[in-house]
Amino acid sequence: MNIVILESDHLQILLDVLRKRGYQVIGPTLGDGAIVYDGLNTTANLPIGWTDEQDGGTYRLKKRNDKALFGYNVGPHSWKKYLLPSELRLWKIKRNGNSFQIVTENEATQKFAFIGVRSCDIHAISIQDKVFMNGQYIDQHYKSQRKDTFIVAVNCGKAGGTCFCVSMNSGPRATFGFDLAMTEILEGENHYFLIETGTELGAEILREIPHKEASEKQKCAADDILKNTAEQMGRSMDTSNIKDLFYRNHEHPRWNNVAERCLTCANCTMVCPTCFCTTIEDVTDLTGEHAERWRKLDSCFTMDFSYIHGGSVRSSIKSRYRQWITHKLATWIDQFGTSGCVGCGRCITWCPVAIDITEEVDAIRKSEPVSERQTTEAVEIKGS
Amino acid sequence: MRKIRKPKLAVWKFASCDGCQLSLLDCEDELLSVVNKIDIAYFLEASRNVVRGPYDISLVEGSVTTQHDAERIQNIRKISKLLITIGACATAGGIQSLRNFKDVKDFISLVYANPQYIETLDKSTPIASHVRVDYELRGCPINKRQLLEIISAYLNERKPNTPSHSVCIECKRRGTVCVMVSQGIPCLGPVTHAGCNAICPTYCRGCYGCYGPKETPNTSSLSEKFSNSGLNNDSIMRMFRTFNACAEPFRKESEAHEIEEAGSNKPEYST
Ligand code: SF4
Ligand code: SF4
Ligand code: SF4
Ligand code: SF4
Repeated sequence: MNIVILESDHLQILLDVLRKRGYQVIGPTLGDGAIVYDGLNTTANLPIGWTDEQDGGTYRLKKRNDKALFGYNVGPHSWKKYLLPSELRLWKIKRNGNSFQIVTENEATQKFAFIGVRSCDIHAISIQDKVFMNGQYIDQHYKSQRKDTFIVAVNCGKAGGTCFCVSMNSGPRATFGFDLAMTEILEGENHYFLIETGTELGAEILREIPHKEASEKQKCAADDILKNTAEQMGRSMDTSNIKDLFYRNHEHPRWNNVAERCLTCANCTMVCPTCFCTTIEDVTDLTGEHAERWRKLDSCFTMDFSYIHGGSVRSSIKSRYRQWITHKLATWIDQFGTSGCVGCGRCITWCPVAIDITEEVDAIRKSEPVSERQTTEAVEIKGS
Repeated sequence: MRKIRKPKLAVWKFASCDGCQLSLLDCEDELLSVVNKIDIAYFLEASRNVVRGPYDISLVEGSVTTQHDAERIQNIRKISKLLITIGACATAGGIQSLRNFKDVKDFISLVYANPQYIETLDKSTPIASHVRVDYELRGCPINKRQLLEIISAYLNERKPNTPSHSVCIECKRRGTVCVMVSQGIPCLGPVTHAGCNAICPTYCRGCYGCYGPKETPNTSSLSEKFSNSGLNNDSIMRMFRTFNACAEPFRKESEAHEIEEAGSNKPEYST
C-alpha cells in the first residue's frame, strides 16, 4: 500500500481541487454547541483545536491544547443529511384541464465531496448503499447522489466516550469505501497527514496536490495511533450470537424497565447513520391545481409508523423500543446480511435520557441463566 | 365538476387572546386564495358582515370560562358541520386554566376593584369538555402553515398532515443541535406535540410545550431527567404548568411535583 505525506497547510489545495472539479465540499464545522456537517469553503471552517466530550445524554465542546483539525469524533449529524435528506420533494403534479402532468425529481443536482468521514460512518454508508441500491427496488435519488460522492476518510486519532466500533468491527481504521483516507499526525512543530488512496479517482486528485513519500517510520505512526484509539473505546458490546439473543428474549422484563425511561422521542433513530425509514406526505395548495409528494425522515418510535386499519400495532413504548433495538441488532442481519449498528455511539449520546444500546444488550445477556449462555457458546464453537 | 357553492367558514372567539384568529389574517399572501375558495361568513375580528349559519367549518378559539359561553358553544356545535378548535385555550383550557389549581375567588378579589360584578365559572375548560370536536389544531398560538394545511386538506378532501409525534423529530429534521444534550438546557420537546418546526431549540431555547402533550408522552421520565440535572420540584412543576397546564398528562405531571405549602387550602381538582 502506498502511503504519502500531505502537509497540513496543503489540505486547502485538496478542497480547491475538489471544488474546481464541481464538487460541493462538505465537512465538520462548529455549529451551535456541537461539531456538525456543513459546507466547507476553507480549512479555516474546520473545528481547529476543538474536541468533544461525549457520554450518555451529554455532549460538550472542549478546547484541545493543539491545533488538530480532526481531533474529535462523530457529532449529531451524519452523512445521511446529504445522501438521505430529511425532507425531499419526490414529485410535483399540475392539473391540466381534465388531465394532469407529473414532474419527477429523481436526479440529484449537486455532487458532494465529504471530508473527514469516520470508519464507522463508511460502514453506515455501505449499509445504506445495500438498502437503497441492492435488490429489486432502487432508490433513484439516493443512487444518483451516491454515485458521484467523493469520500475523504479520516482515521480516528481518539475514540469518543460512546464509541464502540471495535466491538462492531467497523473501525477505528477506514479499510474500504473511500477515495482518499487520512491519518492526522501532530508531533511538536510537525503537522501533516498520512494519505492512502482507495480509488483511481482518488489517486488522480492526489496527483494535483503537492505531497511526498512517507518514510517507513512515518507509516508506522498511523498504526500506533489507531492501536491507541482502539484501546480507548468508551463503550463495548458483546455481539456473540446476538441475533438469537434477541429472538430468544422477545418477552423479557427488561423491556418494561426500558419503557419506563424511553420518551419515544425518536432522537436515536434520527441521529443513527443507518436508520433509513421515511414517510410520505402529500400536500395540495388551496387552489387544488398543484400537489406535491414529499418524503420525510420517519421513525419507528411514532404511533403513525405502525398505523394500519384500526390503530397502531406498536402502541406501547415497550414494543417500540424493542422493535428498534431488535431491528438494529438482529432482524437486520436476516434482512440485509449485516448488523444494523456500526457502533458510532450517536444514539447513546443524543438520547435525552441516556438510554444506552450497549447497556440494554448487556442487561439482557447477563439476565440469562449461565447454562443458556453456555449452550449458545457451545453451538457457536461447533458451528465455527 | 368541483363544488359550486363555496363552503362557509365561521371563526368563533371564547376566552382567549385573539392570537390564533390573527394567524388567519396573518396569512397575507394566501388570504386571497382562501377567500376565492371559501366564504368567510362569520369572522368578527376581520369584518362586521355576518352571513347566517349553518356553517360548513367553524374554527373555535378560546376556552369556556362563563355560563354564557357554556351555552353559546352548544349552539355553535348545532350550526356547524365541522368544528375545529384552534390553539391551546380551545384544546386544553389555555393559560387561564391555571385557575383550576386554585380557588378562582381568590384571584377575582385580587384583580378586580369590584369583584361583585364578575361572573365566572370555577374552571377554564376546553371546548371538547362541552361538545364533540372534529379536529384539534394545537399551539399557542397556532402555526399559520398548519391552519392553511387543514383548510387545504378540507378543500381537497384529503387527510391533513399535522403529526402528533415529538418536537424532537422536527428539531432533528432541520438539523438543529439538541440544546438539552449539548448545553444542558431543559427542553419539553420529547413530550411535546410537533407543529412549530422546533422554533425554540433552533434559537437555543428549550421547548416550552406550546403545542401540548404529544402522543404517548412519558412525562415522568423527562421530569426525572430534569431533576437529575438539578431542577427542583418547583421548577419542574412550573415547566409543565403553562399554556397547556390542564392537558391531562401535563396536569398530572405538574401535580406530581407540587410541594404542599403549609396551611394551603388547595381545592381538589375535578373536571
Ligand atoms: S431510546 Fe432515547 S432517543 Fe430513543 S426514543 Fe427512547 S428516549 Fe428517545
Ligand atoms: S444504533 Fe446507535 S451506535 Fe449503532 S449505528 Fe445507530 S446510532 Fe450508531
Ligand atoms: S466509532 Fe470508531 S470510527 Fe466512529 S468515531 Fe468512534 S472511534 Fe471513530
Ligand atoms: S432540543 Fe429539545 S426538541 Fe430538540 S431534540 Fe433536543 S430535546 Fe428534542
